[in-house]
Amino acid sequence: MADAANEPGQVPGAIGPRRSFLESLEVDTRLLGMIGAFALICLVFQIWTGGLLEGRFLTPRNVFNLTIQTVSVAIMATGMVFVIVTRHIDLSVGALLATCSAVMAMVQTQWVPDLLGLPLGHWAIAPLAILSGLVAGALIGAFNGWLIGYLLIPSFIVTLGGLFVWRNVAWLITDGQTIGPLDETFRTLGGIGGTLGEGASWAVGLALTAGALWALLSARRAKVAHGFPVKPLWAEAAVGLLTALGILGFVAILTAYEIPARVLERDAARAGTVLPEGFTAAYGLPLSVLLLIVVAVGMTVIARKTRLGRYIFATGGNPDAAELSGVDTRLLTVKVFALMGALCALSAVVASARLTNHTNDIGTLDELRVIAAAVIGGTALAGGFGTIYGAILGAVIMQSLQSGMAMVGVDAPLQNMVVGAVLVVAVAIDIAYRRPEVRREVLRFFGFVVAPCLALAFLVSPAFIALIIPAGLIVGLVFYRRGGA
Amino acid sequence: MTVDRTGTPLVEMRNVSLSFGGVKAVDDVSVDLFPGEVVGLLGHNGAGKSTLIKILSGAYAADAGEIHVNGERARIENPRDARRYNIETIYQTLALADNLDAASNLFLGRELTTRLGFVDDARMEAETRAIMGRLNPNFRKFSDPVSALSGGQRQSVAIARAVYFDARILIMDEPTAALGPQETAMVAELIGELKKDGIGIFLISHDIHDVMDLCDRVSVMKNGKLVGTEDVGDVTDDDILGMIILGKKPERAAA
Ligand SMILES: Nc1ncnc2c1ncn2[C@@H]1O[C@H](COP(=O)(O)OP(=O)(O)OP(=O)(O)O)[C@@H](O)[C@H]1O
Ligand SMILES: [Mg+2]
Repeated sequence: MADAANEPGQVPGAIGPRRSFLESLEVDTRLLGMIGAFALICLVFQIWTGGLLEGRFLTPRNVFNLTIQTVSVAIMATGMVFVIVTRHIDLSVGALLATCSAVMAMVQTQWVPDLLGLPLGHWAIAPLAILSGLVAGALIGAFNGWLIGYLLIPSFIVTLGGLFVWRNVAWLITDGQTIGPLDETFRTLGGIGGTLGEGASWAVGLALTAGALWALLSARRAKVAHGFPVKPLWAEAAVGLLTALGILGFVAILTAYEIPARVLERDAARAGTVLPEGFTAAYGLPLSVLLLIVVAVGMTVIARKTRLGRYIFATGGNPDAAELSGVDTRLLTVKVFALMGALCALSAVVASARLTNHTNDIGTLDELRVIAAAVIGGTALAGGFGTIYGAILGAVIMQSLQSGMAMVGVDAPLQNMVVGAVLVVAVAIDIAYRRPEVRREVLRFFGFVVAPCLALAFLVSPAFIALIIPAGLIVGLVFYRRGGA
Repeated sequence: MTVDRTGTPLVEMRNVSLSFGGVKAVDDVSVDLFPGEVVGLLGHNGAGKSTLIKILSGAYAADAGEIHVNGERARIENPRDARRYNIETIYQTLALADNLDAASNLFLGRELTTRLGFVDDARMEAETRAIMGRLNPNFRKFSDPVSALSGGQRQSVAIARAVYFDARILIMDEPTAALGPQETAMVAELIGELKKDGIGIFLISHDIHDVMDLCDRVSVMKNGKLVGTEDVGDVTDDDILGMIILGKKPERAAA
């Protein structure tokens, strides 16, 4: 019935050519490409580590580890999307993470216990530490934004300077010492030290699924109410079904990772109880991943549903137009960088909690990983375009490449070279996708540069076959699709 | 048809000047505009027309001079101030965010929101469809970014944006430059309607016939200076051409 009601909403005269299956779904083809690339990477590493069924790459344990390793970069990458969309860049996020981490480590191990007299282990220590980190991050970010927005110093310069300044501020705060061990509650945000267990994980998964379906449905309702064209009901259902399967499948994998028996026994012994015979428990969703999910949903809502988000994209598309339309683009710059700073603080919580200490080199080179994640995820450096889910997927893809290569025994220097090359190649594919006039050049680039490099890499380490296959397939797909269009 | 110019003017710009470096883009210019009046601004390329109206719309701050709205001194330091005085502008460069759709551009800076404070895209699109149905019934591309629109389609989005928000003072900087004959006629009709509602319009155009047809008075600029302001009934096309090219006031008016 709803389907019949929207038929008259079809704009008269707008009868386009018959739409293909993918067009009817109206999902971002770029997103599909990235999911495809990710699936291929997983598949290849899975086979390489022992075969489709026996492989070690897609085991619950490895998926779990991969997930918690991605969180810190992914959180910052969501903020970097806004920064890059407004035509800026932030090279200081790794250094900012270090400063926030240093502040939080000092607050929880020294300042709060010494100045407020709270005993170590007091429940209020972790919240106070996180709050002070967030304040520090937001203030530093806002300061960066002020230099950029009001003094008109290019963001590249401000944050390049910031990279030197803030990493060394972190060093000064801690006297260059490793600070730890961190508060026990605080450490639960690091990953394996704080997980939801089976029941709560499923509850979160179901809540997320319900939320996603509700969002799809209410968007459709709003369109129907105004008589706008909507996609066919089956397409809506298919998108909903795939989303639900994705969320619940992810939860299923994480809850399949069982806590090893010796860990359970140790915990039981510490609590002074005895483990029942045959007792098992699963890790489930880590708190850090829950944090990432909250950040992702929050940032997506900001991007799509708030004025702030609208102004961020408008400013990226045409700063003059935004200014003439009454957007205060200077203040907007401050807000965007303050948000970036606060997200650096959240990442600092996750990163330092995972290490259980604050270390001097925490977050080193993260700025590059974060920018790469956002760019691989489809954020255009020219500004105006980018998605939160894309950036997160970009972070996941980079992390799985790196972990996969480590598993199949590629040396660390080579891993980094591959990640760097993937960044450039991903952007080349993206440009070929958007700009038909350079497609021929990009093809040549693949023929004369990328392919020989891959062949060389294969000679160095046969493990690189893992990259050749997905790379070839992705490139083939892109050019096939575009060539046909 | 004649405009009552006995009351207080809607807008008065008095002795306004603005230099870019050494270039005096606007040099001691005074113009005014009454309710229900269309004043044409004419002049060769680079005469300073756009700069003058950008001072009124808050895009530039004048070096010297005063702006009065409804007889009261107005402080217009940025585009937000201008909007507060119900001054709407269609810029020559259109000033659209290419990556956003028509509705997002139309409501940019003044988004409709839901009760929870989120932007209400569906309602904005509905409003956009309604007003575009009036201004440019052929317009269909509501869900594409405006980068996918033709020059004329983009222009109709810019016009819709200025008209939608109850302007009292409307500035049109070459609004018909990219429009086809049918759309141009539509804009002429629109100007007539807005006049009847008592809205004052500054119209910048290079088409003297357009100006003679649509305007009540014309102000001519040359090299940043005001050559003069004339009633269209008192001058011929040739008089106006002389003012634009030679910077000379018509004989009769000078006498
Ligand atoms: N942002 C700017 N910076 C420096 N000079 C400028 C700027 N904008 C305009 N000018 C100069 O000011 C003078 C007036 O320009 P303006 O754009 O007002 O002319 P115009 O009368 O609108 O011309 P056109 O008919 O070509 O639109 C020109 O000499 C121009 O070069
Ligand atoms: Mg101009």
